Amino acid sequence: MAVATTAVPAALRRKRRRERARTLAFLSPWLIGFGFFFAYPLVSTVYFSFMRYDGFAAPTFTGLKNWDYVFNHYPFFWQGLRNTLWLVVVMVALRVTFGLGIGLLITKLKTGVGFFRTAFYLPYLAPPVAATMAFAFLLNPGTGPVDHLLGELGLPQPGWFTDPSWSKPALTMLAMWGVGDLMVIFMAALLDVPREQYEAAELDGAGPWQKFRYVTFPNISPIVMFAVVTGVIQTMQYYTQAIVAGKVASGVIGGSGQQFEPGYPHGSTWTLPQMVYNLGFQRFDTGSACVVALVLFAISMAFTSLLLRRRSGFLPESQDGE
Amino acid sequence: MRTHRRYRRTVAALTGSAVLALLASACTGTNSAGGTDDSASGKDVTITFWHGWSQDNETRAIQAEADAFQKLHPNIHVKVVGNIADDKSEQALRAGGSDAPDVVSSFATDNVGKFCSAKVWTDLTPQLKKDGIDPARTFPAAMLRYSRFEGSQCSLPLLGDAYGLYYNKTAFAAAGITAPPRTFSEFDADAVKLTAADGDGYKQLGFMPTYHGYESTPSHFLGQYGAGYFGADGKSDIATDPRVTAMYTWQKNLIGKLGGFDRLEKYRSGFGDEFSAKNPFQTGQVAMSIDGEWRTASLAEAKPSFDWATAPFPVPDDQADTYGRGYQTGTIIGIARTSRKQSAAWEFVKYLTTDTDAVVTFANAIHNVPSTVEALNSPKLDADPNFRTFVDIAKNPNSSTTPASINGGAYQLSMQNLGYAYESGKQADLAAGLAATAKEIDAAVNQAK
Repeated sequence: MAVATTAVPAALRRKRRRERARTLAFLSPWLIGFGFFFAYPLVSTVYFSFMRYDGFAAPTFTGLKNWDYVFNHYPFFWQGLRNTLWLVVVMVALRVTFGLGIGLLITKLKTGVGFFRTAFYLPYLAPPVAATMAFAFLLNPGTGPVDHLLGELGLPQPGWFTDPSWSKPALTMLAMWGVGDLMVIFMAALLDVPREQYEAAELDGAGPWQKFRYVTFPNISPIVMFAVVTGVIQTMQYYTQAIVAGKVASGVIGGSGQQFEPGYPHGSTWTLPQMVYNLGFQRFDTGSACVVALVLFAISMAFTSLLLRRRSGFLPESQDGE
Repeated sequence: MRTHRRYRRTVAALTGSAVLALLASACTGTNSAGGTDDSASGKDVTITFWHGWSQDNETRAIQAEADAFQKLHPNIHVKVVGNIADDKSEQALRAGGSDAPDVVSSFATDNVGKFCSAKVWTDLTPQLKKDGIDPARTFPAAMLRYSRFEGSQCSLPLLGDAYGLYYNKTAFAAAGITAPPRTFSEFDADAVKLTAADGDGYKQLGFMPTYHGYESTPSHFLGQYGAGYFGADGKSDIATDPRVTAMYTWQKNLIGKLGGFDRLEKYRSGFGDEFSAKNPFQTGQVAMSIDGEWRTASLAEAKPSFDWATAPFPVPDDQADTYGRGYQTGTIIGIARTSRKQSAAWEFVKYLTTDTDAVVTFANAIHNVPSTVEALNSPKLDADPNFRTFVDIAKNPNSSTTPASINGGAYQLSMQNLGYAYESGKQADLAAGLAATAKEIDAAVNQAK
């Protein structure tokens, strides 16, 4: 009896070990990728944030010097942080609202659904650099057709990418133009809402707003949350459009005696990822670049944690508080 | 609850991956020192040379230089790789290894401070001494200044760029101006005379003074003042150097004389690309511009509908005797510290930078200013008088440059930002702005040390 009681757990242990090994084997591609491409760089970034490292000579320990420099002396940090947060709040909110609005409109259409779906989706396929250059051309205050048209109509002609108070709204317009990705996701979610719920709401006398508020939105809320979370993450990494718009509008090619100024005009389009580039590759200050990367990481985590805590993750509203 | 926790973990992983690309920048190692080779004893050696030229005529010209070198040194073979951006060569030099270049050229003279101080490029002083080359006698002073840092001659000038005045002779004649201006007061008066308003815009602008007007940058203007940027103690002296204050003040006043910042900026936003046929000087939108010698070739090719000429850019009235000076920069060339073919690489660098015929041939081919004293005086040099203006600027002992700094051109960026704020009226108090900018520059230099 005693033999049997010890033999069974031993067999069980072996089985569990085999299962664990099998599980690990299946997970290993992901684990290896995670280790090499996330865990190691993350640990390295923390390590280098306390080091003086120019990318050429061996790193040397400098304590909190890089952190002090970024927060207290690097002239662009706080402005760039404000710009990034502005974009996260305004751009993400407008993109999600606009994408949802377009999705709602197209799903209501009786004819021409395919045409409008394609028309709104196509801009999303445009390469960011080309799209930004096209916008810089269209919105050029001197020669662009948009300001020309506004002038003909007797309306104010903003400086768009050359005016610090209009540069971020212009970038937001560009982002809304390429809202096709969200539109498609929202359309799929909207078409998935059970018809009988609308019929029941109609029987209860619900109008369009009540139907949206109490039927549509609760059903699509996980998709809205997904759009917001991924939007926040993407916007925290906002780099290409901002740097291209600034470069095109400023006209500065860059070279000796003519430094390219990220953030044109007047620092209004500086974002944190541009600082990582500026510090790490223009100023050879890898340590400070790592500090900014860690700030970016911390803010991304804080935003997404806050959003998910408030909205209970990607669950539909009906399952909140589970 | 477990479901929620799992979702949160998923999102944490998602969020983490969002900054993956940024974090990856930390995954770099350090390179190791290089070594010598047996090329001196006649053994075959192949070196790799990376450069940034990309136009057909440029790549052909540099290949011809390499071919000419190989005729003189049959055992040294040069693999020439063009169109390499500075970022890419910096990454290669960081990584080292057998595929990294042995010889590298760069258009960014601002980065010499970093290349020298970090010993990315070999200090060429021993080789220069061994071959009896005195840099001070061989290279013009300004070019020598931007190719060395704190005693390390880790690069040598490989052709240069000089900045001067381009002016529309047809517009000058129409405005009754008989000669190019020599001082800033003459220049301002001419710019006003050459300006013709058109409603809120301009039919023609005398000169675009704003700092985004392509080459009209603080550094280029300061070349006419001879500013030094840093004091003997290595700290920024822009807050105490009256020449810097004078430059910012002059430029701001000129903006006022030509119609104000907003009006000029709106006009500027309609300019075509600097390096295209739509360049505002080539299209006649501006009657005068500050630009480098390369523009002579573009204008000769574009054949604009007006007559044009070049002259040295004017100087401040109180420095009228320095007329003829200008801002200088150029291309630099060096040997990677990681190269294991230092001897062969040096022979190639020496040929490209000090052989008078090689320098003159290359300068004529790509319309750049030669970078040795002998080549500047060579009778074989392009005789076009418009090009000769820039040769004379390069020879002028008062011509100046932006000094190498340990953190590249960061101090120039700080000064540009002050300029943008001051010209637009965002920064009203220039003295306070200069003091804050000097502090910012010192903090950045200190951070890089």
